[in-house]
Amino acid sequence: MNLPPPPGPAPKHHVLSVLVENRAGVLARVASLFARRGYNIFSLAVAPTQDERFSRLTVVVDVESAPLEQVVKQLNKLINVIKISELDPRDSVERELVLLTVRANAEQRQQVLSLVELFEGHVLDVSVDELTVTAEEHPSRLDDFEELLRPFGIVDIQRTGRVALPKLEPGGVGSNRH
Amino acid sequence: MVTNGGSALIKALELEGVEVMFGLPGGAILPVYDPIIDSPIRHILVRHEQGAGHMAEGFAHATGRPGVAMVTSGPAATNIVTPLCDAYMDSVPMVVITGQVPTPAIGTDAFQECDTVGITRSVTKHNELVTRAEDIPLVIRQAFHIATTGRPGPVLVDIPKDIVDPANPRSALDWYWPTDAEVASSLPGYKPTTKGHAKKIRDAAELILSARRPIIYAGGGILKARAAEALRELAELTDISVVTTLMARGAFPDDHPLCLGMPGMHGNYTAVTAMQEADLLIALGSRFDDRVTGKVDAFAPEAKVIHVDIDPAELGKVRRPDVPIVGDCRLVIEELVTALRDLSGGDIAAAQPDRSTWRSTISGWQERYPLVYEQSAGDDLLKPQFVLEQLWERAPEDCIVASGVGQHQMWTSQYWRFNHPYTWVNSGGLGTMGFSVPAAIGAKVGRPDRMVWAVDGDGCFQMTAQELVTAATERIPVKVAILNNAYLGMVRQWQEMFYDERYSEVYLSPDLPDYVKWSEAMGCVALRVESPEEVGPAIDKANEIDDRPVVLEFRTDSNEKVFPMVPAGRSNSDIVVDPSQPQPGGAQ
Repeated sequence: MNLPPPPGPAPKHHVLSVLVENRAGVLARVASLFARRGYNIFSLAVAPTQDERFSRLTVVVDVESAPLEQVVKQLNKLINVIKISELDPRDSVERELVLLTVRANAEQRQQVLSLVELFEGHVLDVSVDELTVTAEEHPSRLDDFEELLRPFGIVDIQRTGRVALPKLEPGGVGSNRH
Repeated sequence: MVTNGGSALIKALELEGVEVMFGLPGGAILPVYDPIIDSPIRHILVRHEQGAGHMAEGFAHATGRPGVAMVTSGPAATNIVTPLCDAYMDSVPMVVITGQVPTPAIGTDAFQECDTVGITRSVTKHNELVTRAEDIPLVIRQAFHIATTGRPGPVLVDIPKDIVDPANPRSALDWYWPTDAEVASSLPGYKPTTKGHAKKIRDAAELILSARRPIIYAGGGILKARAAEALRELAELTDISVVTTLMARGAFPDDHPLCLGMPGMHGNYTAVTAMQEADLLIALGSRFDDRVTGKVDAFAPEAKVIHVDIDPAELGKVRRPDVPIVGDCRLVIEELVTALRDLSGGDIAAAQPDRSTWRSTISGWQERYPLVYEQSAGDDLLKPQFVLEQLWERAPEDCIVASGVGQHQMWTSQYWRFNHPYTWVNSGGLGTMGFSVPAAIGAKVGRPDRMVWAVDGDGCFQMTAQELVTAATERIPVKVAILNNAYLGMVRQWQEMFYDERYSEVYLSPDLPDYVKWSEAMGCVALRVESPEEVGPAIDKANEIDDRPVVLEFRTDSNEKVFPMVPAGRSNSDIVVDPSQPQPGGAQ
């Protein structure tokens, strides 16, 4: 497969990886810090880590760097926040998953399926004139996937939001782990 | 030992060293009020929950110990939101306990239910809804730890009724008391930095030793860190003048030759201008508030900045420092003094450039632009500044003074001579009208050995005066000076100066209410003072009364305005002084 490498994110796009205590109300505390300043959370993914006392949030926000620094400092003041790192896309691995229902009658079905195959996706559900498909990829490639399917008619779409972890040091072990 | 959540909560407060709490009971918090009867903790029954919060703040301001307030759910919780926000803005250590509807009823719109932790999330340092009785001792320990360490602030603990009600099996727990280590390990995300970075401290010392026009910009963090003595040592060793912000009045003695007083929108000319012209600002526990900086882009344009604060988020929030130091002000100042001694080979004075020109410039400003007002014997009305000078002159040296918010607050800050730390109790960040009466009560409860005056405006007084009933009932002999100019004075001043004297909704009437009758009805001794010669004797009489609250109503001149003034949004270089003085620079 010879897809082009993922382009860098837009300059105002920042990816924060936030390690928090896994307990009620923490997500609201984090989210309200962004809301108070009128910053839109572009995407958000949350799940417990290998240590069930903690959860990791991957937050993508559209903010200039200077105000972001202040938000990060304010986030650090939250008692339930353990650690925050900004993930530079060049130094991190990123993935996202999409579920997508697209119109595909008998004539179009083969074209849609070839696109799904190209993006290493799967068909999850099928009806006479629609397909529900999934793909798991770098977020920018999912943008392409979405764009290529749009002409067929997207009925419904749900993306999970980006998840990310720092890239490993090629020669090293245990870099930057909590 | 098996106990119940209500008894455990009170016992936890006792073990945290709480001797007094302020509150008002109600449905959801009833089970916690029962064990208070058997507790050595003094509970002061307020007349409105906002009063409980401000009293807890006043107590904390005066003592340095956390204030504690307890109220019920719903409207009681919403009534205490203002004090929480006030304490959050001014970094006041406070623990507030609110009742909550029983756990199974949460989210059902039950009677007196509200989402207290949701509502107070952005006005507390931390808050917690406790859902299991066995968590109560740990959560209370965490609350006091968080409220009093790092940058202090308010913590709210929301307690559903079922986990404190002995009749409910959910309230049972085995008593335990977590160790300091257990508290610390239960808060993995909370590790305040107290010790400054050694290299940065050395950088700061180098900047100080080469500065020609340095100013120490002391903020409320000095008081929170109990760093007044350290500050004095630093100032005297380096011979650098100090401005004390509204929150730092008393952190450095006003009578000290190096003290320049309050900077900011209504600061004195010398403090404002010395900062503006400085080549180095040594910001210690201050936060470059907009009321201090004026237009930020034009603030102290030639100054390098050393910024010391325990809250990393303050560094670079408004002005990017050349040397940022995260740490406790007292520890950092002490390290800074050591670094200065090391770098200068012991003789700090000799290692610094000649600053005699800067010193004489400063004293020139002081001579040219003192604070001024004029009280003529024949005046119909009192000048508020005259009343304040008389209050200060007739009060003991260590008297504590609280104020509300507005003109009277600025005049108190300007005309009271603060020579001791922890003698000034006010609402700086939030600017909460009605703060002074309850805050003064809280301060007096915390420092019964001290005389406590509340200086209030007529507008402010009407917001929280009912707490004088609390003071009279509980025999808390605070003294209140109402500067009654029959207006919302600061708003009137802005309407006069910036809205073409179009006075919109600011007139309050001098006679309605009748402040003397009202105060007497609340159990106070009350006097009305209308002429200059009555002022001194009335104050002396008030100062002699020590068994009940006293209220003095001073009829003051509504035309009097607070000067100097930096108009909002303007550069501090555009400062306007009293009209009787020559206006500096280009200002008209």
